[in-house]
Amino acid sequence: MAEAAIAAAPAPRLRLDSLWIAPPLLILAVLFFYPLGLIVRASFGEDAPSLATFEQVLMSSRFLDGLYHTIVIAVSATAGCLVLGFILSLVIAFVPFPGAKMAGRVIDTVIALPTFLVTLAFTFIYGSAGLLNETLMHVFSLDLPPIDFLYSQWGVILAEMTVYTPFIMRPLLATFSTIDQAQIEVASSLGARPLRIVRQIILPASLPALVAGGSLCLLLTVNEFGIVLFIGAKDVITLPLLIYSKAIQEFDYTTACVIAVVNVVLSLGLYSLYRLAIAHFGGRRAGLV
Amino acid sequence: MSQVTVMERTLHIAKPFVASAAPAASDGSRIGFENVSVTYGALTVLHSFTLTVNPGEIVALIGPSGSGKTTALRTVAGFVRPSGGRILIGDRDVTHLAPYDRKIGMVVQNYALFPHMRVEENVAFGLRAHGAAEDVIRKRVPECLAMVGMSTYAKRYPRELSGGQQQRVAIARALAPKPQVLLLDEPLSALDAQIRRSMLDELAKLHRDLPNLTVLYVTHDQSEALTLANHIGIMRDGKLKAFGGSQSLFRHPPNRFAAEFLGRANLLPVTDVQPLDEQMAKVRFGNVTLSARNHHGLARGSDCLVCVRPHDFRFSRASEPNSISGTVLSVQWQGDVHNITFDAGGETMRMTSAPMANPPRIGETIAVHFDAAEVTLVPEDASHG
Repeated sequence: MAEAAIAAAPAPRLRLDSLWIAPPLLILAVLFFYPLGLIVRASFGEDAPSLATFEQVLMSSRFLDGLYHTIVIAVSATAGCLVLGFILSLVIAFVPFPGAKMAGRVIDTVIALPTFLVTLAFTFIYGSAGLLNETLMHVFSLDLPPIDFLYSQWGVILAEMTVYTPFIMRPLLATFSTIDQAQIEVASSLGARPLRIVRQIILPASLPALVAGGSLCLLLTVNEFGIVLFIGAKDVITLPLLIYSKAIQEFDYTTACVIAVVNVVLSLGLYSLYRLAIAHFGGRRAGLV
Repeated sequence: MSQVTVMERTLHIAKPFVASAAPAASDGSRIGFENVSVTYGALTVLHSFTLTVNPGEIVALIGPSGSGKTTALRTVAGFVRPSGGRILIGDRDVTHLAPYDRKIGMVVQNYALFPHMRVEENVAFGLRAHGAAEDVIRKRVPECLAMVGMSTYAKRYPRELSGGQQQRVAIARALAPKPQVLLLDEPLSALDAQIRRSMLDELAKLHRDLPNLTVLYVTHDQSEALTLANHIGIMRDGKLKAFGGSQSLFRHPPNRFAAEFLGRANLLPVTDVQPLDEQMAKVRFGNVTLSARNHHGLARGSDCLVCVRPHDFRFSRASEPNSISGTVLSVQWQGDVHNITFDAGGETMRMTSAPMANPPRIGETIAVHFDAAEVTLVPEDASHG
C-alpha cells in the first residue's frame, strides 16, 4: 500500500517562479561581484598570486597614515553627530517651540542634498576668502584670515558632522515620538529634574536608535570621499582618497586594490555591526523601519 | 444647613462654585484651587475653579470627557500652567513651581512604568531623584512593595507583569518618596472589571493605612468615586457643577446634571412646591400629590424635579402615599436584579427590583411608590442639556 502511495505521488515539478531570482543575481554578479573579484585578484599582484604586495602596502607609512586619519575622522565625526543629533532631536521633540515640526522636516532635507554642497557652503563661510574671514579681516583690519580650521582634519570632521547628523536624527526623532509622555511627567512628579529625565528615561529609550544611527554614520564616514577631496585639507588623507590617488594619479592599481580590499573589509565589518545592532534592538524600536 | 448645602445654593444662583469640605487635622497636605482658569488660545477649559481638598481626604473629580477634571489635576501636578488663579499645596503657592519641586505622587491610567528598569528600580526612582541615601532606599523600596503586595516581583521588568500588578507598582513608586499629596488620574480605567474591583478595595485599604495622605482622584466612573471618595466634585464644561460628601451628593444632588451623572436618577417634573416643615415639602405631579425632602429649601409655589433613584421605587400593593402609576415599557433580567422601565405621565422612569418569579409584562399598568424621606426635590437647572 505504502509503495503504491509513494508511486502515486506526483513527481516534483520545477517551480518557474523561483527563476525570478536570476535577474537580480545576474545584475549583482555583473555590476558588483565581478568587479570586486577583479579587485581582490589584482590585489595579489599581476603575476603569481602573493601576499607580498599586501605586506608591503600595509606596512607603508602612507597607508598607516590614511588608516589613522580614516578612523580618527570617522570616529570623531560619528561621535559629534551622535552628540549634536541627540541634542537637536531633544530640542525638536521635547522643547515646545513654534516651527518644531518644520525644523525637523528641514533637517530631513539635508539628507537629500549632495555632500559637496555642504562643503561648498563651508568654503563660502569659513574658507580663507569666506564670509567669516572677510568680515573679521575687515572689522579688525587684519592682513591674514584669522579662521583657519577648514583645511585641516577638523574642517573635514565638521563638514561630515553637518552632512551626517540628520542620519542620527531621523531614527532618534522617530524613537522620541514613541516615548510615552506620561513617563516623563511621572518622572518629573517624582522629583526628577530635566537632566535626570534625559539621562535615565530618554537616553535608555533612545539607545537602540543611537546605536543603529551611529553604526550607519560610522559606515558612511569611513567611506566618505567627496567631502575630504573637496575640502582638500593639508596632510589629511583617508583610505578612499588614497585609493583615488594611487589608482587615478599614480596608476598604481595593485596598491590601490590592496587598500580597496582593506576598505571593503572595514566597511563590511561596520555593516555587520550595523545589522547586529538592528537585529539586537529591533528595527522598529530603532526607528529604522 | 451644612456648608455643602450653602455651596449648592450658591451654585443654584449661578455664582462661581466654591467647594470645600469641613477641614480635618491640619498639615501641609491640603490641596487648594483658588479661582484657577486654564485657557488654550481662545478656548477656556477650566473656569475659575475653586476647590479645597483637606488633609487626609480623598476627593474624586468626576464628569464626562472634556469636562476639565484631568486639566484640574494636571494643574496641581504642574503640567498645565493656569492662566489665572492659584494652586496651593499646604500653605505653599505652587502655581509657578516646576513639577519636580511640588512633592507630589502621581499615578496615571497607563501606569507609565519605566520599561528598562526593574520593579525595584522603578520604585526607587523617586527616592534617588530626591537624593535619598542608598541605605534609606534599600529600606524604603521593600516597604513600599510590601504595602502593595508586590514584594516577590522586585526583580521583574514591567513587561513581565499583568496590568493590575503594574498598577500596584505604579502606586508603590508614587508613594515611595512619601509625597504630601497623591494624584490619581483614572488609575483603574485600563483594568478589566474584576481586577478594577479588587484594586478599588486595595486603594481603600491603602488609604486606611495612610490616613494622612491627601488624594485627588480623577475618574469618569461614578462607582469608583462613590466607593473611595469622602467628597465628590462633579464637573462639566470646565466648571464645578456640584460638590459634596459622597452620600450627601448621591442622596441630595443639587441640580439635574449632578442627579443624572451620579447614579442616573429618575427626575420627575413636579409643580407647586408646598413646604411642610424645614425638611419636607409637598408637590404636584399631574393630579397626584407627592411628598419629598426639600433639602435645598426650594421656594413655595416653584416648579422643580423629584429625584428618585431606581432602587427607591417599590411596587404598590394598595393605594399608598407617594404612589404613581405607569405603563411598562421594558423588562430586563440581569441575574441579581430586574430592570424595568415604565412610562409615568409621559416621563420614562427606571426602577430596579430584586429578581421576580412573575415580573410585569410589557404594556401592563403598574403602580409604584417611594419613601418620601429617600427622595429629594432638585431645582430645575436652566442650563441643563
